[in-house]
Amino acid sequence: MNIFQVSYKNLLRRRLRTMFTIIGIMLSAWVLVTLLGFNKGYENSLNENIENMGFQVVLTAKGCPYEAATLMLKGGTGLRYMPENMVKDVAGKPEIANAAPMLMHAVFDPNKGESGGTTVFLGVDPNTYPSMKPYLKFNNEKGAWFSDKAKEVVLGFEAAELEQREVGDLMMLPGSEDEYTVTGVLSRTGTQDDGMIFLPLKTAQSAFKKEGELTMLGMRLNQDVDASAFEEELYKLPDVQVVSMAQVKNTIMSLVSSAKVIVLSIAFIAFLIAMFGVLNTVLMSVFERYQEIGILKSMGALPKDIFKMILIETTLLCSIGGVLGILFSFLFSGISEMAIRYFLPFAPQGALIAIDTKTVIFSFISITAIGIIGGVYPSLRAANIRPLDSIRSE
Amino acid sequence: MELIQANNITKIYTRGSEKIHALNNASFSVNKGDIVCVIGQSGSGKTTLVNVLGCLDNPSSGSLTIDGKEVFKTGLSLSESELTHVRRRFFGYVFQKFFLIPTLTVKENILLPAVFQKKYKANEENLDPIMEMLDIAKRKEHLPSQLSGGEMQRVAIARALINNPSVLIADEPTGNLDSKRSGEIKDLIVNLNKEHGITVILVTHNTDLAKIGNRTLELTDGVLRQ
Ligand SMILES: Nc1ncnc2c1ncn2[C@@H]1O[C@H](COP(=O)(O)OP(=O)(O)OP(=O)(O)O)[C@@H](O)[C@H]1O
Ligand SMILES: [Mg+2]
Repeated sequence: MNIFQVSYKNLLRRRLRTMFTIIGIMLSAWVLVTLLGFNKGYENSLNENIENMGFQVVLTAKGCPYEAATLMLKGGTGLRYMPENMVKDVAGKPEIANAAPMLMHAVFDPNKGESGGTTVFLGVDPNTYPSMKPYLKFNNEKGAWFSDKAKEVVLGFEAAELEQREVGDLMMLPGSEDEYTVTGVLSRTGTQDDGMIFLPLKTAQSAFKKEGELTMLGMRLNQDVDASAFEEELYKLPDVQVVSMAQVKNTIMSLVSSAKVIVLSIAFIAFLIAMFGVLNTVLMSVFERYQEIGILKSMGALPKDIFKMILIETTLLCSIGGVLGILFSFLFSGISEMAIRYFLPFAPQGALIAIDTKTVIFSFISITAIGIIGGVYPSLRAANIRPLDSIRSE
Repeated sequence: MELIQANNITKIYTRGSEKIHALNNASFSVNKGDIVCVIGQSGSGKTTLVNVLGCLDNPSSGSLTIDGKEVFKTGLSLSESELTHVRRRFFGYVFQKFFLIPTLTVKENILLPAVFQKKYKANEENLDPIMEMLDIAKRKEHLPSQLSGGEMQRVAIARALINNPSVLIADEPTGNLDSKRSGEIKDLIVNLNKEHGITVILVTHNTDLAKIGNRTLELTDGVLRQ
């Protein structure tokens, strides 16, 4: 037999109390792991999302909405245009790895849906646009991008559902008698591309009577270009606005940072609750065993033996609770993620909670340490019980 | 040979402003192999005396020497840890209440004092002979709550013996037992003394039990008469 066994058996004495304490620690560990995982996961996903947008910098005419969602809200109005030849100069700059000119066109269709809806068309250059968005895949691996100037379209996943078209079908554009062949339907991406109807840039320009004009130029920069200096340079062009994804990310991160403060406060409170829970439980069990501990002392237990015994009990409580909490955070990360999505102003696609080994180890150690700190005072109290106190307390 | 030498031991308790002289200048000695019976009326200071002798309590003044080593003298009192080391080396205690740990089995309760010693293995070997001698071997996997009073007291005695103490201090060990069980405990103590040479200091109200002593200390209001 050893002290460890004595401690362990003591925890079994008040099973219910032991269980509740373990549950308390478990909940704290769960909250902690989930929140730390969120801290990591959110930023990772956001970066990935921004990466998926394909463009690092977007150039539009001043006042032009560059998001399809905004455009739809406005019922397809508000688009501005910039001359194609101005953009040619920009696209040739040495800083740029790839530049994709685009023409967006929105048509309000009163027969669409219940109260009408907006169809968004995007004229793109098949040589530049797909290579900027490598995550665009064709549904069921059937289909291909159209060729330059052809009367062909590629449908986003939702657009295809709405128009009820498949690869090889024909469709007409509003206000035109020409027929267009569907050459591909894209897989769902979760981005605004899902609702788009893509067509060749040149075709779009002539179909929508916008020859020589563009709404946007999406750009990817070369690896070691100073992005902010380059943006400054773009601003010198007349009547354009520059949207950089770095800015967008910063805006989102600052929105989220207030949520993070709340999240970390919750973690801190969970910590305190765990600590006082342990303190309370262990102190109570020390008081209950006043006599017993005194007898152990008369039998030759040193203060440090008793201290050790009580601290082992505490450590057992905390480590069991910690392990369970970590298991919980893995099991229920889906639910936690739903809750976080509900509360956050903006949540990117992908896993919001990324729990890695480092997080797990850090959480386990800190929860156990916090618990042990809670156990120090009761252990000291126990260590200082005198044998006489118990023998006399008859 | 003198094992314990007590000189002018005085113990004063203060209860509020009142001072209680529980022991008044008690001087005596205990030899190796003695059975010393401590008798006296309730409140006369018997428990106080054996607690001081057993190093469970500090005297207010006086000196105490155990096996040639001075553990107390006026103006000096040992720390809790130092006292523990003296207790470990010399004493095993049995009280009127059994103070068994309810979560541990009989075997584990008996082994408990050994857990706190450096030489656990050596002391563990005492377990079977002691349980045999006290006739509790059949009960070793039982919990205290499953035992009779007499059995519980025998377990407490076994626990006091596991580390081979030189002195067994028993404060009214039969106080909670009927006369038949008391008789068993009496025989046991005599046997421990005769066969194993254990020195016994025994506090008792029981006149029958008091007869086994080769020496008797009688206390009246804290004053000792040999
Ligand atoms: N911790 C204490 N504080 C104050 N007074 C005490 C304390 N312990 C004992 N006393 C007093 O000291 C005196 C001696 O007590 P002690 O317990 O030694 O007597 P006893 O002979 O063992 O009595 P009993 O036969 O009832 O056990 C009593 O008057 C008691 O009230
Ligand atoms: Mg007494």
